[in-house]
Amino acid sequence: MSTSRPLIVHNGHAFPLTDCPVFPIEQFRREVIGGVTAGARLSAMFAYPHQPGAKRLLAILARADEGNMAVFSTDVDSDYPAITPDCPQTHLFERELFEQWQIRPVDHPWLKPVRVVAHEPTTTEHAANEFGVPVALPPQTEVGVAVALPPRTSGCSSAPDLFRMSGEEIHEVAVGPVHAGIIEPGHFRFQCHGETVYHLEISLGYQHRGVERAMLGGPTPRTIHYAETLAGDTTTGHAAAYCRAVEALSATRVPARAQFARGIALELERVANHIGDLGALAGDVGFLPTASYCGRIRGDVLNMTALLCGNRFGRGIIRPGGVAFDLDAGIIEQLRRQLDAVERDAHNAVELLWNTPSAMARFDGVGTVPLRICEQLGLVGVAARACGVDRDVRRDFPYGIYRFTHIPVSTWHTGDVFARAHVRWLEVQRSLAFIREQLDALPTGPVLETAGPLKPEHAAVTLIEGWRGEICHVAITGGDGRFVAYKVVDPSFHNWFGLAMALRNQEISDFPLCNKSFNLSYCGHDL
Amino acid sequence: MSTLPSIAHVLLALLLAPLMPGVINRVKAWFAGRRGPPLVQGYRDLSKLLHKGAVYSKTTTWLFVAGPIIGLACILTALLIVPLGSVPSLISFQGDFLLAAYLLALMRFFTILAALDTGSSFEGMGASREAFYSALAEPALLLALAAMATQSGSLSLSPIYAAVNWHAMTSLAGPALLLVAAALLIVFLTENARIPVDDPNTHLELTMIHEVMVLDHSGPDFAMIQYAAMLKLWVLGTLLVGIVIPVRSGWWPVDLAVGIAGLMALAALVGVIESVIARLRLIRVPQFLVAASVLSILALVLVMR
Repeated sequence: MSTSRPLIVHNGHAFPLTDCPVFPIEQFRREVIGGVTAGARLSAMFAYPHQPGAKRLLAILARADEGNMAVFSTDVDSDYPAITPDCPQTHLFERELFEQWQIRPVDHPWLKPVRVVAHEPTTTEHAANEFGVPVALPPQTEVGVAVALPPRTSGCSSAPDLFRMSGEEIHEVAVGPVHAGIIEPGHFRFQCHGETVYHLEISLGYQHRGVERAMLGGPTPRTIHYAETLAGDTTTGHAAAYCRAVEALSATRVPARAQFARGIALELERVANHIGDLGALAGDVGFLPTASYCGRIRGDVLNMTALLCGNRFGRGIIRPGGVAFDLDAGIIEQLRRQLDAVERDAHNAVELLWNTPSAMARFDGVGTVPLRICEQLGLVGVAARACGVDRDVRRDFPYGIYRFTHIPVSTWHTGDVFARAHVRWLEVQRSLAFIREQLDALPTGPVLETAGPLKPEHAAVTLIEGWRGEICHVAITGGDGRFVAYKVVDPSFHNWFGLAMALRNQEISDFPLCNKSFNLSYCGHDL
Repeated sequence: MSTLPSIAHVLLALLLAPLMPGVINRVKAWFAGRRGPPLVQGYRDLSKLLHKGAVYSKTTTWLFVAGPIIGLACILTALLIVPLGSVPSLISFQGDFLLAAYLLALMRFFTILAALDTGSSFEGMGASREAFYSALAEPALLLALAAMATQSGSLSLSPIYAAVNWHAMTSLAGPALLLVAAALLIVFLTENARIPVDDPNTHLELTMIHEVMVLDHSGPDFAMIQYAAMLKLWVLGTLLVGIVIPVRSGWWPVDLAVGIAGLMALAALVGVIESVIARLRLIRVPQFLVAASVLSILALVLVMR
């Protein structure tokens, strides 16, 4: 079927695959570039095998002004003119296409793998991509993908070439992938002159587990666990995105009480992580009281999540069709009491941080992301709202409980470390108030419906405002109602480049602080 | 004059120096609402490190091994030169304050060389920061001591500190001595890599100054570095405590006990400072150090008036 206009869908609504228009590549490019110019944001762009051997490129533009999404596709073979030069938001998506499907975006400015792939195909004729689909290599390629990639540094087989500055007084600092603290692995390469960073390149992929591939053929009893562990600190966010996709595809109606419980779990996750981050920010500038207290308060919030489902990180609570655990009066009462304590303690700890000039001197004007850059890169979540961009999936594309209870969007305009910290604190307070409201208004009824089989040849796009920002899941079913494609876009995928830009012309000693203020997920990016 | 008090001071310093970081950490823990490590953790750390083997990178040379040894030797020698209040130093001669200052500089020089010897970009960065900041801290220290020398009319540390007493503090020289004490506190915090200049607790290599230079040292070498750092707290602490606690009872055991109590109080003060303020941005540290030099110059002007 071919229409000349993109398909307009709503957050979490299933649509038949045949409704999705297939454009010629020129029109596809025009729609992406034009849509982004008109204020939409590229939520996802990925390829899937729509017939054996045939790859189809699907783009999803989130149009916050209209509250809907534009979906359209094109058929590509081995290459196409890159969109990145005209639309920086597609940068990483195009690199991903190249890595996963060997579709070459011609004239892409920085074409190299997104994730460092450990096992490269070595056969000369056929190489299987990570989804197990045989891919015919371009004829000029002789030893597989490695040749198509930029030349690699000798002696460092898995690290691709990084951007380099040259000059007598330029020095390069390499950090990671093994770090001093207990954090995830990632490689950071700084091009410095003295203490000033001119360029930071972030090279990830060490956490790549092949989750998207593992989701194929689902849903199986295992699929929900893959979703929950996409990013360990965003358990409920990714679980909710997955469950909403399944519910949309199986036309399951989630009971009202379950929607409330999901809202509570999602906001508790946000509060726990934001408070933890505020403490970690204080710790990075050597301000101990807030660091210590916030660490403890985060634990208290995690314990509240454990009250809901028995797991501090919210595993097992959100299930297709609702939630797996009901709240009884005792739990609600206990949650209310702990909410008060958390609010009081967090208030004391965080106000102390704001009132300490030496700490604020470290936050103000450090790691600034200009609004223009934020818009160009399509940053999401806290990072975007800290630049003054009024962007929040809960308000723009309301889902579940957020269709009934609105939560104010918290923004700040300075784009620096302080802004990201301040937005977090605003969100903590609003989320705590929101949770209290939901506990008071909890409807009665069941909490779990059985989700039936999925509609064949359908697709669903779900957006969720995870605590880091927009989580996008796209599920596509085949003729048997099983996933033939499952795309996950973690907010970190959009935001890592924002961190790199925030470091430009900053002191290298401020990097840990800037990094913490974004606090992006490595495994969410690496999948 | 008997050297017994001086020997007692040196022996007690060697024995009690590891308590100072213990006190600092306990105070910080108290502010943070934690129990904190035991006071004797410093001794345990040293004993643990001494029982370990050392790992040497293939790129290092004898400099890397020599760094900690020379560092410890320098600070031990400096310990012999500094008096604690009225308790005189073991070695004393005209101009010994210059030797004390440059023994510290020599220790730093070899720490920096050992750091550069590893060829690591982190250690190079730390070495560059250490060299820069100590170059700014050194004038503050020397000018402060010069002000004290002018005030007492002597060029040797023991007579200089013996001259500081209640009478001097309440006389015209009092304000100058307080300015010197303020300058010395800044030098003390800088040289010992404490907040607000450096953060001894951080694991973030990119932000470190002193800690990052010793990342590659291990086992007994690292024990020497740690012990030298503890003694450095003590040595620089005596210069400060000798001014702010001008107790000169005339009976040395009392003076010695008061001095040591003062050093522990100083450690507690460091704990408080580290708990209530955040670290400076590295770019602001030079201003902080220049402020110390300005305080020293003011003190010098006051006593020369």
